[in-house]
Amino acid sequence: MSFLAQARPPEPFEAPGLELFRPPCLTEWDLFGVHFCLDRGVLYMFLAAAIVIVLFVVAARGGSLVPRGVRNLVESIVDFIREEIAIQVIGQEGRPWVPFLTSMFAFILVGNLFGIIPGIQFPVNGRIAIPAFLALLVWALFNVAGIRAQGAAYLKNTLFPPGVPKPIYILLTPIELISTFLVRPLTLSVRLLANMMAGHLILAIFFLGTAYLLAKPSTIPFAVPAFALSVALVGFEMLVAVLQAYIFTILTAVYIAGAVHPEH
Amino acid sequence: MGELLSQVGAFVAQVEGDVGVIGRGLVFGLGAIGPGIGIGYLVGKAVEAMARQPEAAGMVRTTMFLGIAFTEALALFGFVLTFII
Repeated sequence: MSFLAQARPPEPFEAPGLELFRPPCLTEWDLFGVHFCLDRGVLYMFLAAAIVIVLFVVAARGGSLVPRGVRNLVESIVDFIREEIAIQVIGQEGRPWVPFLTSMFAFILVGNLFGIIPGIQFPVNGRIAIPAFLALLVWALFNVAGIRAQGAAYLKNTLFPPGVPKPIYILLTPIELISTFLVRPLTLSVRLLANMMAGHLILAIFFLGTAYLLAKPSTIPFAVPAFALSVALVGFEMLVAVLQAYIFTILTAVYIAGAVHPEH
Repeated sequence: MGELLSQVGAFVAQVEGDVGVIGRGLVFGLGAIGPGIGIGYLVGKAVEAMARQPEAAGMVRTTMFLGIAFTEALALFGFVLTFII
């Protein structure tokens, strides 16, 4: 039991907070009055992108008709995005969006899974920067897609949906304006951020709590269920990582579909 | 007099801190009520639809996840606000 005594956590129990998402800077510098800080979260972001690129390039170079190994995995992802998201939500016009949706799904998924991979344990999407950037990208893309598909009528169809009695527009137009152009990117980014942040905090609280309970002989019996639940929560986090990547991608497809197909 | 003032100041600061903690709890707790009811109702209805028409289960499930995502956003705003206020 001596190793437990050495790893004795501080007394009283201190719950982990947002400092989990602010690891120390590896290097920092000032450029144009902006403070840049390169910490391990940024490195993991590049690592996630590199993993996705390498996986897809390796899978694409296979060349044989029968998929094997990595190619099997990547083909199932691409097939899932194309059949279940792009074509089902957008329709046949969704085919050109498959590459974008697939790469975004893969990047978010790998970034989310970093939250539970031992040794890394840092959800890349647990900080607002990356979800916010992805949401702004999606916002710009669905607006561009709408303008390309409908021209100037896109704004008119979005803000003044046809088939509504005229006086209703006094109520409807401000709501449509706020919900389409302001709330969409906000909810899209906050949903991904809050899910990953909450999951990571809960995992940290449960594992640190288990270590705290193990430190005293009188509380060791309580550490057993705490540890069991911690392990179960890791499995739950795996589910959340996949589900959030899926939801982000399918919402992107829904927004694009809404912009491409005018309401009748 | 000065000592009394500093004591009052310390007391006010402590009460403010306590109220802040209670407020954080309230923000998330109250924010979770509506989405909790909403998601329960939504999934219940989706299960009902899947039981009535199992061949439409795939479509119902996709729509259910979409609805959950929209409903859940409100609860998540409450969660994020606990860290902001």
